[in-house]
Amino acid sequence: MSTTPLVARGERGIAGRSPFRLAMARLRRDRVAMVSAGTVLVLVLVALAAPLIAHLVGHDPSTQYRETGLTPAGLPVGPNRHFLFGTDNLGRDVFIRVVYGTRISLLVGVVSTLLAVALGVVVGVTAGYFQGATDTVLARFMDVVLSFPFLLFAIALVSVAGPSIVVSVCVIAFFSWAAVGRIVRGQTLSIREREYIAAARSLGAGDIRIMFVDVLPNLVAPVIVYTTLLIPTAIVFEATLSFLGMGVVPPTPTWGNMLSDSLQYYQVAWWFILFPGLALLITTLAFNLLGDGVRDALDPATERLFAEE
Amino acid sequence: MTEDVLLQAGDVAKYFPLRQRGPQVRAVDGVSLTVHRGETLGLVGETGCGKSTLARCLTRLTDLSRGTIVFAGRDITRLSRHQLAPVRRDLQMIFQDPYGSLNPRRRVGSIIGDPFAIHGVAEGRDRQRRVQELMDRVGLNPEHFNRYPAEFSGGQRQRIGVARAIALRPKLIVCDEPVSALDVSIQAQVINLLDDLQDELGLAYVFISHDLSVVRHVSDRVAVMYLGQIVETAPARQLYEQPRHPYTAALLSAAPVADPDLADRRRRVLLTGDVPSPVAPPTGCRFHPRCPKAQARCTVEAPALTARESDAGTHLTACHFPVHSVDELVPR
Repeated sequence: MSTTPLVARGERGIAGRSPFRLAMARLRRDRVAMVSAGTVLVLVLVALAAPLIAHLVGHDPSTQYRETGLTPAGLPVGPNRHFLFGTDNLGRDVFIRVVYGTRISLLVGVVSTLLAVALGVVVGVTAGYFQGATDTVLARFMDVVLSFPFLLFAIALVSVAGPSIVVSVCVIAFFSWAAVGRIVRGQTLSIREREYIAAARSLGAGDIRIMFVDVLPNLVAPVIVYTTLLIPTAIVFEATLSFLGMGVVPPTPTWGNMLSDSLQYYQVAWWFILFPGLALLITTLAFNLLGDGVRDALDPATERLFAEE
Repeated sequence: MTEDVLLQAGDVAKYFPLRQRGPQVRAVDGVSLTVHRGETLGLVGETGCGKSTLARCLTRLTDLSRGTIVFAGRDITRLSRHQLAPVRRDLQMIFQDPYGSLNPRRRVGSIIGDPFAIHGVAEGRDRQRRVQELMDRVGLNPEHFNRYPAEFSGGQRQRIGVARAIALRPKLIVCDEPVSALDVSIQAQVINLLDDLQDELGLAYVFISHDLSVVRHVSDRVAVMYLGQIVETAPARQLYEQPRHPYTAALLSAAPVADPDLADRRRRVLLTGDVPSPVAPPTGCRFHPRCPKAQARCTVEAPALTARESDAGTHLTACHFPVHSVDELVPR
C-alpha cells in the first residue's frame, strides 16, 4: 500500500521517521477518521465564523423576529428561505442559534478536556511513578472523585456559585480528570518497570528527568487518544448542564438550553428539537470516530501489521 | 594486589518478600566477589539462579538486604541515589534486552547523549560531536543519530547500549547477558567490540551469561552461581579444565560439543530433580539434594568458599568433597 519504504536506504542524512509520523501516515489512510477530522474542522470553522455567518444571513442569535419568525397565532415558523432551520418559540433563528451554540460546545468541550488531561497526567504520573504512600493517597482520591454523583455535585455548586461558563468548565474538568489520571497511572506503573528506566537510573538520572524524558513521551499515545474521546463526553456534559439550566446562562444560545426550550414545542415544531440535537449528535460522533481512528493509528499491534506490508 | 581491586562485594544478599511479613525469595544469598581493574569476571549459572539480581545489586540499582559493596575504595552500599550519581560515571551497565533497554520514543542520538546530559559533561554541538564519535567507535553509522531505536537491528541496538555505557569512560561495566538475545554471528561481533573497548579504555567487565562457551572466551576469571550463591570461582582456563565443584562439572559436561565423535564418547553428568525453590533452600550445601557425591555432612554443614586440597589460592570451591575427575559423578 505504502509506496515509500519504511527505512530509506543509502540516503545521506535522512531523518528518522518518528513513531508519531508513522501514526499520522496510518491515520491519513483511515477514511472514517479522515471524514471525522474533516467534520471537526468544519465545526471549528463554523464556530470561528459564527458572526460572519450571522452577518451574511442578516439574523442575530438573540433577536426575536416577532413579525416574520412567528405565526399569527404566536407559534414558531418552520424552515423557509428566511429561516433555514425555522424559528423557536420566541421567534429567534434556530440556524443562527445552532451556529452560535457550536462556539460554546467546542469552547467548553476543549477547554475543560485540556484542563482535565493536564491535571490527570500530573496526578497519574506522580502516583504511578512514586508508588507507595503517594500512590495510595492519590489513587484513593481518584476513586472518590469517580464515585461522586456528578449531577448532585453540579447542582450544589451552581446554587452556590451561580451558573456561568467558567463554573461549567470547572465542574466538567473536575469530573473528567480522574478517569485520565487512572489510565495514566496504570501506564506509568507498567513503563516504570521497563528496562530503559533501569538504564536511565544506572546512568544516574534523577526522578524528575526520568519522568519528563523517559515516561512522558511514552504516554503521548494514550493521552492523545483519551483526549479525543474525552472532548465529546465533555460536550455532552455541557449540554446536560445547560439543559438543566445549570450551565451557560440564557439568552446565550447553547445546544443544551435549546433542547431544553424545545421540549414543550416538539409536537408543533419538530425543527426546534431536531437541529440542535442533530448538531450534538454529529459533533460527538465525529469526535468519537476520530478518537477511534487515532487509537487504531497509534496502536502498536497495527504498527506491526504495517511493518509487514 | 589490594590497590588493584576495583569492586569488592562482601556477603551480598537480596531477598524479595512474597507477601508482607511472609516468606522471602532469597534471590541472592551471601555472595562475595572481587573484580580487579581491567579484568573480566565471568558469572555463569542457570536461569533463575540470581545472576541478574546480583548485577542490579552490584550497580546499586536495588538496595541490598545484607552485605557491602566497595567500589574504587569507597563503600557505596548505603549511598542515596543522589550521592550515587557521581559514582555512576565509573560504574555502568549493559542490559540483556536490546529492545527493552532503549526508550522507543527517543532518537538514538539523544539516548547516547544521555550520560553527557545527566552529568553535565557536554552541551549542544559538542555533545552531538561526541555522540557521533561514540557511534563511529561502536560501529554504527554516525549519520543515523536522529533515527529511532525501532529502525535498528538487535545487534545494532546492543551497540547503542554499549555506546551509552562507555560514553563517560567508566572503570567497570556490568554486562547482564549482553549477547543472549542476539544471533550467534552477531554475538561474536558484539563480543569482539567489548574486547576491543576493554583494551582501548582499560575497562573491567562483570560478564553475566548462561552461555558457557561465551564466558570462557571473554573471561579472565569465572564464578559459577547456583541458587543465589557462588559455588566455585577460578581463573577461566582452570575452571573449565579442572572443575572442582560437582555442579560446575555437571554444567560443563552438559555443554554441547561441536564434534559429533567427541560428543558420543564424552561422559555426561546427568543431574536429577529440579533446582529447589529459593524461598526455602535446602539445608547445608544447597546442591546436596541433586549432588551425586552428597554425603550426610552435606545436609547439615554449608561448605565455605575456600581453596580446597592442593588448589591454588585463586581457585575457590564451596564443596566438602571436591571432584577430581568427572568419572566420579557418572554412575557405572
